[in-house]
Amino acid sequence: MIEASLSRLRSDLDARRISSVELATLFLDRIERANPALNAFITVDRDRTLAQARAADARIARGAAGPLTGIPVAHKDIFCAEGWRTTCGSRMLANFISPYDAHVVSRFGDAGAVLLGKCNMDEFAMGSSNETSYFGPARNPWDPACVPGGSSGGSAVAVAARLAPAATATDTGGSIRQPAAMCGVSGIKPTYGVVSRYGMVAYASSLDQGGPMARSAADLAALLNVMAGFDPRDSTSLERPAEDYGRDLDRPLAGVRLGLPKEYFGAGMAEDVRAAVLAAVNELEKLGAKRVEVELPASPLSVPAYYVIAPAEASSNLARFDGVRYGHRAAEYADLVDMYCRTRAEGFGAEVKRRILVGTYVLSHGYYDAYYLKAQKIRRLIAQDFVRAFGACDFIVGPTSPTVAFRSGEKVDDPVRMYLDDIYTVAPNLAGLPAMSIPCGFGAGGLPVGLQVVGSYFSESRMLGLAHRFQQATDWHERIPPAHAEGAR
Amino acid sequence: MTGEWEVVIGLETHAQLSTRSKIFSGSSTAFGAAPNAQASAVDIALPGVLPVLNRGAVERAIRFGLAVGATLNRTSVFARKNYFYPDLPKGYQISQYELPIVQGGSLTILTGVGEKTVRLTRAHLEEDAGKSLHEDLHGMSGIDLNRAGTPLLEIVSEPELRSAEEAVAYARALHGLVRWIDICDGNMQEGSFRCDANVSVRRRGDEKLGTRAEIKNLNSFRFLERAIEYEVRRQIALIEDGGRVVQETRLYDPDRDETRSMRSKEDAHDYRYFPDPDLLPLAVSEEWIERVRASLPELPEAKRLRYAEVLGLTAYDAATLTASRELAQYFEDVVGAGVEPKLAANWVMGELSAALNRADLDVTRSPVRPAALAQLLARIRDNTISGKIAKDVFDAMWAGEGDADAIIEAKGLKQISDAGAIEAMIDAVLAANPKSVEEFRAGKDKAFNALVGQVMKASRGKANPGQVNELLRRKLSG
Repeated sequence: MIEASLSRLRSDLDARRISSVELATLFLDRIERANPALNAFITVDRDRTLAQARAADARIARGAAGPLTGIPVAHKDIFCAEGWRTTCGSRMLANFISPYDAHVVSRFGDAGAVLLGKCNMDEFAMGSSNETSYFGPARNPWDPACVPGGSSGGSAVAVAARLAPAATATDTGGSIRQPAAMCGVSGIKPTYGVVSRYGMVAYASSLDQGGPMARSAADLAALLNVMAGFDPRDSTSLERPAEDYGRDLDRPLAGVRLGLPKEYFGAGMAEDVRAAVLAAVNELEKLGAKRVEVELPASPLSVPAYYVIAPAEASSNLARFDGVRYGHRAAEYADLVDMYCRTRAEGFGAEVKRRILVGTYVLSHGYYDAYYLKAQKIRRLIAQDFVRAFGACDFIVGPTSPTVAFRSGEKVDDPVRMYLDDIYTVAPNLAGLPAMSIPCGFGAGGLPVGLQVVGSYFSESRMLGLAHRFQQATDWHERIPPAHAEGAR
Repeated sequence: MTGEWEVVIGLETHAQLSTRSKIFSGSSTAFGAAPNAQASAVDIALPGVLPVLNRGAVERAIRFGLAVGATLNRTSVFARKNYFYPDLPKGYQISQYELPIVQGGSLTILTGVGEKTVRLTRAHLEEDAGKSLHEDLHGMSGIDLNRAGTPLLEIVSEPELRSAEEAVAYARALHGLVRWIDICDGNMQEGSFRCDANVSVRRRGDEKLGTRAEIKNLNSFRFLERAIEYEVRRQIALIEDGGRVVQETRLYDPDRDETRSMRSKEDAHDYRYFPDPDLLPLAVSEEWIERVRASLPELPEAKRLRYAEVLGLTAYDAATLTASRELAQYFEDVVGAGVEPKLAANWVMGELSAALNRADLDVTRSPVRPAALAQLLARIRDNTISGKIAKDVFDAMWAGEGDADAIIEAKGLKQISDAGAIEAMIDAVLAANPKSVEEFRAGKDKAFNALVGQVMKASRGKANPGQVNELLRRKLSG
């Protein structure tokens, strides 16, 4: 059952071969066993989950099942869910019970999904290793000594270790794709504006985008059908006709042009990653795709531009965490300013403080033009690069991350090295493009390698089609970390 | 007072826009609710919430831009103004910075020395903050976020005002305009219209502006005037004593009638403005602008000119009657009922305004409606009553005793125009006042007026004064 696709779970539930309560119990039990080691979940609430499962069973019995009714889904702890603790991986919100549902959470609720728990993450989504979480790092199920990637590390671990059939995540500079790659699961960040940000705690508003993580492209399509859609509460949400993200799953790849940016295949990529990615490209060629070389000349500027824009927005977005209305407040303080200082000094971790400081600096009087404005100009150049490249190819493919999962603690004291891990992933965020990662092999230490696919705006269904054809021909996405296979232990 | 000194003033005015809901959330903007009863998830800035722009606020900004002949930027940008304060839930205020919706424009004001056109720099949309409460909280502070997110239009004038009097005339004209075009209720007690004044002085002939002080939050015309007057005196005295004005923010204390330093430039915040990524640039289409233009009433300026040029009123009368749209409407209704404009103007500005003032009533609540006043004035015109008697009739109408004709009838106030009756009264008066008659004949004109007065008195005011004059003169010369 932990191997079943979402469509299989749907038919099993509808045929009453399994109940939603049984399914939820199965995964809750797996979480209970594995979570102490993996730390994929910050909050699990068996009673609440089972209550939702019972309601789902009743809905199925009434014949009123929606697409996900009865299927357990885990949410990244960045999504507000009414009555659930929503921590964003921070001490600042360690005791914050959300009084409302994020748009994404209510979409899943309407579709009948059962909320399995809230997944661990880097604090306020700032990190590439899940090590900045106040609740401790999540661990890579392929090797617990390694990081799962971040910031959506908990979501990736939950799906990889089969603690959840699917999970939500968010991606500001690679936070869906990089942990998906490092944990051997599939994840997609849609075009900016496709998924509402309402109720998603903001890190960098112009870059943040929610998306699903699952075990296959076909499952991602089913999840995106639920997550996507216009929301009048988010002014950057796009008002477009509803679409079926699964409509191109069986589309043949003949003639599809794959752009390999020479900038993505230069120095900096580990050999094991290169080998797996090139093998995947060969596989796609066998399926009928053609490879073309493309250029993204501005791409070396994407990490510096990202690490100006994202902290700038974050420094302002996180100003609301001041101890006045909710969240952590220092126990003792002398006056108002002292209250602010102590509250934020205690409530935020080191990486969050670093980015708030950087962001405050680049927006300061006299520095704004040199940093923020310049970064915005680079952002436009990066977007233009992609538009030009998509004149010559249909998709851009390459590595998701320059290396497989690294060891815990290896980069925590070297933020710049950590930031450079985002080298392939931040550009699509800066351009607002859809991008995904799918498993494409294994590298050193038996750790998964991810293939990144970037498409032009609103090409999600065709990207999912490409990934699905690849997954029909390969079984990388079906591999389970041995310690978490059914029957293990 | 200022002698060799020239005073330079620019005003920044916050007009609360009269939308029912807030600028970025659906909460009500009604005044006076229990603390935080009108604070939604968006207003208290819960994690994950997002702003959605209220188009009603934008429409009001467009109305204003059209009314002052400004440029309406087809694209304007909302920016975040970052600072920490307990009544600012997000830690930033959403405002407009580099690209405001309204740019330029002007406003004509009238002062003792005549008419002046004051140019505007800009007007931009922004949200209000909440407020801190310090009373009844056992030494703690409370925060009321009902006002947080209330839509404001900040209207900035060029530093072209040259006296406190001009500043007040400008503020009054602006106050009249925002109410006229229905974008702000103008309630100054509730904070719906408040001014910050940038004040500096320089020696006459100097090109360079002096260092300015900004006086914050002046919520009455009187405070505005007094604060500026105090500040001008303070700055001149300071410079004449060899000191220097420092750039700072000051507060006016009405109890002590002085301004006090609040914070200096050194403590000024670096607001780290940047475009708000949660809101797309605001696009205003031609079509939207034209729709708003078509819905605008005739503007006070146009009305004022029309009253003077077409209706023949004096500039002063035209300006007074166009102080508010309601007053102008009242006047036009009286004229529309057939009353000659000058007579209508005299009565609306005279008896009616005085009565409204005494009763502290808005013209729309006047117990004497325009049609009723028109009827009364028609009775003056057709000589049924004198202007003097008409005032008594007006008072009776105000008191609810009926319409003009009914009161005239009931009280027997009809003017006496019967020559025989008047002559009889004159004869009696002349017989009773031989001394006055003698004085008149000796060349004292004053005595004539006294005799007229006696006759009017004898008629209890009802005799036609023109006829009394004519008949009396004839008798005395006869």
